[in-house]
Amino acid sequence: MATHAADAHHDDHDHKPQGFWDRWVFTTNHKDIGTLYLVFAFIMFCIGGAMSGVIRAELAQPGLQFVQPYFFNQMTTVHALVMIFGGVMPAFVGLANWMVPLMIGAPDMALPRMNNWSFWIMPFAFTVLLLTLFLPGGAPAGGWTLYPPLSLQGGSSVAFAIFAIHMMGISSIMGAINIIATILNMRAPGMDLLRMPLFVWTWLITAFLLIAVMPVLAGAVTMLLTDKFFGTSFFNAAGGGDPVMFQHIFWFFGHPEVYIMILPAFGIVSEIIPTFSRKPLFGYQAMVYATASIAFLSFIVWAHHMFTVGMPLGGELFFMYATMMIAVPTGVKVFNWVSTMWKGSMTFETPMLWAIAFVILFTIGGFSGLMLAMVPADFQYHDTYFVVAHFHYVLVTGALFSIIAAVYFWWPKWTGKMYSEKWGKFHFWWSTFFVNVLFFPQHFLGLAGMPRRIPDYNVAFADWNLVSSIGAFGMLASPIIMFAVLWHSKKHGAPATTQVWEGAHGLEWTVPSPAPHHTFTEPPVIRASMLAHGDVTH
Amino acid sequence: MALMVMAMKSLRNTRKSLHKMGRAVAAASLTLSAGMAMAAGTLPDRWQLNMHPGVTETARNAYHIHMLMLWICVVIGIIVFGAMAYAMFKFRKSKGAVAAQFSHNTVAELIWTIIPIVILIVCAWPATKILVHTADTSNPELTIKVTGYQWKWRYEYVDYQGKATGINFMSKLDGDSDRTRQLKSGLDPHAVKVGEEQTYLLNVDKPLVLPTNAKVRFVITADDVIHAWWVPALGWKVDAIPGIINDAWTLIEQPGTYRGQCAELCGQDHGFMPIVVEAKPKAEFEQWLAGQQAANAAQNAPAAAQAPVAAPQG
Ligand code: HEM
Ligand SMILES: [Cu+2]
Ligand SMILES: [Cu+2]
Repeated sequence: MATHAADAHHDDHDHKPQGFWDRWVFTTNHKDIGTLYLVFAFIMFCIGGAMSGVIRAELAQPGLQFVQPYFFNQMTTVHALVMIFGGVMPAFVGLANWMVPLMIGAPDMALPRMNNWSFWIMPFAFTVLLLTLFLPGGAPAGGWTLYPPLSLQGGSSVAFAIFAIHMMGISSIMGAINIIATILNMRAPGMDLLRMPLFVWTWLITAFLLIAVMPVLAGAVTMLLTDKFFGTSFFNAAGGGDPVMFQHIFWFFGHPEVYIMILPAFGIVSEIIPTFSRKPLFGYQAMVYATASIAFLSFIVWAHHMFTVGMPLGGELFFMYATMMIAVPTGVKVFNWVSTMWKGSMTFETPMLWAIAFVILFTIGGFSGLMLAMVPADFQYHDTYFVVAHFHYVLVTGALFSIIAAVYFWWPKWTGKMYSEKWGKFHFWWSTFFVNVLFFPQHFLGLAGMPRRIPDYNVAFADWNLVSSIGAFGMLASPIIMFAVLWHSKKHGAPATTQVWEGAHGLEWTVPSPAPHHTFTEPPVIRASMLAHGDVTH
Repeated sequence: MALMVMAMKSLRNTRKSLHKMGRAVAAASLTLSAGMAMAAGTLPDRWQLNMHPGVTETARNAYHIHMLMLWICVVIGIIVFGAMAYAMFKFRKSKGAVAAQFSHNTVAELIWTIIPIVILIVCAWPATKILVHTADTSNPELTIKVTGYQWKWRYEYVDYQGKATGINFMSKLDGDSDRTRQLKSGLDPHAVKVGEEQTYLLNVDKPLVLPTNAKVRFVITADDVIHAWWVPALGWKVDAIPGIINDAWTLIEQPGTYRGQCAELCGQDHGFMPIVVEAKPKAEFEQWLAGQQAANAAQNAPAAAQAPVAAPQG
């Protein structure tokens, strides 16, 4: 097409394909695909955020003011699916696409065409999922956990949602294969495994988790599908099946899934904190081993989501002990971040602020997680707002905050432009204030006895719910502020230097800003001083 | 250090030290609720901050484990966040801090691996004991079968002191709440009251009546989708699952009205299937039971007399 003619000019020193289709639709370039993923994730965060706005609007006061309970249930279900599979996961994949090749000195991902396909499946998957909102019976309304028999009561939306989940699964698995192949095969000479940046390490481990559990989810939802439409009874007690078996299978996927959403965050924070502390990461190897042991443990704790299904005593005890054990490697990570800051020479640019908030607020989410592990207390906490508070602390102030930190951190490398520190910090303080107003009171609501997934409540719960909703509306402005800051930077930002941050080390900071369309077409010669973690000998 | 002392104490005498901590906490905590003192408080409080200790041993145990974990987390949080805050103020570039270049400290790393392990073992110990105790549903005086339906509960008094009772009824959201909760009903949820109590969405047409100071065993199942039976004051929730029968028990120590809700998403009216337990002293309970049986009999008697005409089902 016309674009090929344009290509022939070679007037762009980057050799970027010209024209929208060649540049974005047929792209095999890891940077452009990374950008696509990040833009997609941003749109999904906005859609999922709008749905949480509906939920919090309804919950602002007792009584039903805006939506029918059934629609409310659709909102919670789709909000979660969109945030998890459309927001957090693609955002991390986008960051991996952009940064992994740059961090290990590779020219691109190992499987660039598959990379293109992994991305372009996603918009279709989410179009299918979101269109179920307009079906006669509405979208899935049985919660993102899709527990049967309830999830099978919906109309045809079940089939569409399952199809969408299959597509997302295929995309994730291909993305994971690509990341593993890239990391294991494409490292520049001298980039030994134990010299890789932690972001690369955490993604390597995450990719293995993805390959291990996405097929399990696919199996679980396929059984739902055949139960609903083809007369099987895997989960139908009347036909000899077992509804609890679904929960076991789902959480065998689901618990590793929550680590899929947090391990890359650990990696990001482990890059940012040393940079702005101007000091090497404390306990690099311990961080790697802690990540690996968290990943291993994540496979043997699934039933802590099911303490109330009536497991035998031995099962409850096993899953309680195993879950408590996760606190140890997680603690190691937190202590190592604090030790990295200790005796550093710290500055507090925007990415550092988000990273510090991550450490504090994720730890708070970890504390409530540890409390939830205690079975006698979980008999009270389970399925209340205490759980909602817990997982939003780890997902929003954990995963999402790390993603925002990463965007501010690498933005100058991507675009060659600095953003406004003043407005970046404003964005940070705004979000951190409102996110706590939003989620902290939910602990109180849960402890006072408010169940989750309800559209209306007793008047005693009204006060904290109003506070929480005020926080939510503040938080809804957060993506808008971020968009404005980045837009302004793109248009008017000061040019960024190659190293960008004074304390930055690592290969990604040796290429110009903005990173040219093709980097490391020849493998770089690596000196220990270039690496963030070059020195692991003692 | 204080933490370790606390921990050792609770190892030596779990329950006693747990109680002691519970009391210390009650005094120190920010709880605005008066509900703590009058444990029979039937509704959540406005601005309530913390779990209530409830009216059963199980609920108190849950509360103590909760407080134990909470305080451990608070102490660790103070240490970790304190260290962070100190670092952030002390080691700033703007204050001329020069970065050290260390990246290891084996002793420190060993300490902060081992101490958490010890703390966790200390927590696991009482939790295990409590759990073993909670799992024992043997020797009940009364057995209740609970069945969840979309969106109401059925209670069957299977047997009391070894005798079948024949009592069996449905329990669902009360009419006042039901009218008020309709979308844009224009009715004020605050106006839904039983006496002085604002019972919006936490009241039923017919409560489950239980005796106090008697071990009651529940067998719990569901007819359609999964529900969960939860009354916070009793201290546990258990899923009601079609095709599966779960069991649990309680021993209520104080008469009162205890309110809870379904705690597992069960469809559109999941938020509208409350649970009310009315705990009465044994004598009163037996009176109530006899009354119900008499009413049943009265209902069945004419039916038996005119059997050929119509036989209303119980
Ligand atoms: C401003 C941001 C957000 C707000 C205001 C918000 C609000 C909410 C609310 C009100 C619920 C419903 C709770 C219930 O009724 O039980 C909910 C559920 C949920 N949210 Fe969020 N949320 C936000 C961001 C996120 C993010 C970023 C994620 C994940 C990455 C997430 C994951 C979930 C999940 C997994 C559920 C559970 C859904 C279910 O019960 O099936 N949320 N959120
Ligand atoms: Cu889990
Ligand atoms: Cu329910």
